[in-house]
Amino acid sequence: MSLDKETVRKIASLARLKVPDEELEAMAGELNNILEWIEQLREVDTEGVAPMTSVTVTVPALRADRVTDGGYVDLVLANAPEEVANFFVVPKVIE
Amino acid sequence: MKLTELTIAAARDGLAAGDFTGVELTGAHVVAMEASRPLNAFVTETAEKARDMAVASDARRASGNVGAMEGVPIAIKDLFCTEGVKAAACSHILDGFTPPYESTVTKNLWCAGAVMLGKTNMDEFAMGSSNMSSYDGPVTNPWHADGDDAKRVPGGSSGGSAAAVAAFAAMGATGTDTGGSIRQPGAFTGVVGMKPTYGRCSRWGVIAFASSLDQAGPLTRTVRDASIMLGAMAGHDPKDSTSVDRPVPDFEASLTGDIRGLRVGVPKEYVVDGMPGEIEALWHQGVEWLKDAGAHIVDISLPHTKYALPTYYIIAPAEASSNLARYDGVRYGLRVDGESLQEMYENTRSEGFGAEVKRRLLIGTYVLSAGYYDAYYLKAQKVRSRIAQDFHNSWETVDAVLTPTAPSAAFAQGEKMDDPIAMYLNDVFTVPASLAGLPAISVPSGLSSDGLPLGLQIIGRPFDEETMFRVAGVIEQAAAFTARPQFITREA
Repeated sequence: MSLDKETVRKIASLARLKVPDEELEAMAGELNNILEWIEQLREVDTEGVAPMTSVTVTVPALRADRVTDGGYVDLVLANAPEEVANFFVVPKVIE
Repeated sequence: MKLTELTIAAARDGLAAGDFTGVELTGAHVVAMEASRPLNAFVTETAEKARDMAVASDARRASGNVGAMEGVPIAIKDLFCTEGVKAAACSHILDGFTPPYESTVTKNLWCAGAVMLGKTNMDEFAMGSSNMSSYDGPVTNPWHADGDDAKRVPGGSSGGSAAAVAAFAAMGATGTDTGGSIRQPGAFTGVVGMKPTYGRCSRWGVIAFASSLDQAGPLTRTVRDASIMLGAMAGHDPKDSTSVDRPVPDFEASLTGDIRGLRVGVPKEYVVDGMPGEIEALWHQGVEWLKDAGAHIVDISLPHTKYALPTYYIIAPAEASSNLARYDGVRYGLRVDGESLQEMYENTRSEGFGAEVKRRLLIGTYVLSAGYYDAYYLKAQKVRSRIAQDFHNSWETVDAVLTPTAPSAAFAQGEKMDDPIAMYLNDVFTVPASLAGLPAISVPSGLSSDGLPLGLQIIGRPFDEETMFRVAGVIEQAAAFTARPQFITREA
């Protein structure tokens, strides 16, 4: 499975990253080197092996559905680029 | 003895005896922190806050209220959110971000009486093994090779924390370890670096890299200090559903020095091509030290070891690509405008992230994308099960495992920069324990032929940090590592 320039362009777009046209070739080469190295995993027999999704085998804890935190608008907005009337002011993100 | 040369344990005794005050202890470390500036270990110094915290600590002590880390000045990796003090994971994309809340681990440390000196440099978003990927610039290892003044890397990603402790600018420092980011810098700078069992420390308020792997842990100059500091960091946290609800033992009490009858495994797979013979020799020396102390050495096999690194380089980037999706320029941090929304996202993320982070985001996005998920991500999760099973099987015959920490000593700044895989190979011995979620510690155990520190790693059973510490204490005592970095000896 080798990445070409077009695939890199598509992946970059999915990752919301800009890879300039003149860098696509080099980036494809770098990624292919890494992917080729990763290919060795195919040697491992994983027939019937369950995928490991977590190292902690715990039953998720339940808690009462109560408000236990909050009530500090100033802190929530402390890093906002702009604010009006206790709201974040941001560029339009729904098109 | 200078106050900065004390261990945490000795400082605790000295403070208790009234030999010096917390304010004096912190003052000496603020001076040392400022003197360490040429290393670029700290990215934010909080000297004023440190003095205030030390004054408050002395007042608590006067009223008989003494925590486990009372009055001990420490450094905090820039990955931890610290209330009112900038936390940027050494990334451009978090420019100007000042958390309005405190991470659980740092809160636990302050509750135990510790004093914050400042925030330490690191690889951007903890992605790296050299600290070269930091937006705040590289860290210089306080050690250099004999007869070679080339600046060396401190390892990474917790390079600033390791360098600060090695340079006697902090008594201890927090690190985080996803694939070796505490243990490898510990080995490269001649300090103790310890990663607890996954779930032992809360990840709440720690800027996420790969959530199924990230764990906080201490960097200190002795095993005892690591046991004290971990005790103050650990504990169940309802705010992190992966933090485990079980009692935190008295880790320090495990340092009995008695490992008679303990079974220590030596895995035959922990040798890689091109590894200097002196690292293998040190490993054999470690085996002899443990034998002399009465341990039974057991040859074991962890057959899937060689697959740990490629497995890691699927799982960690995949999780990172999801975790770092939040940095979009909308609500905080850097924003670079564009003609469209997509362009604003792309401009922000392309300018805000460095080359290594982008590389991993692309890999992660690719292995999770439609059509490739099963071939890469699912496969890696299955191999991860195999790797964990290897360890699980070995616990039937051994109580701990001894390996080298890293396949080389600290390399020069700029080396391996054009070969990502060569850089990744730094973590070949640390990644398996990360994937299996096991506690592991690097203990400085000797010097290379050109005078650079080398570490040995002890891996323990899940939640059996105590046995791991006990073995580490024996290695530490036998190794009697007293060498000091040139940055310190030259100044003295």
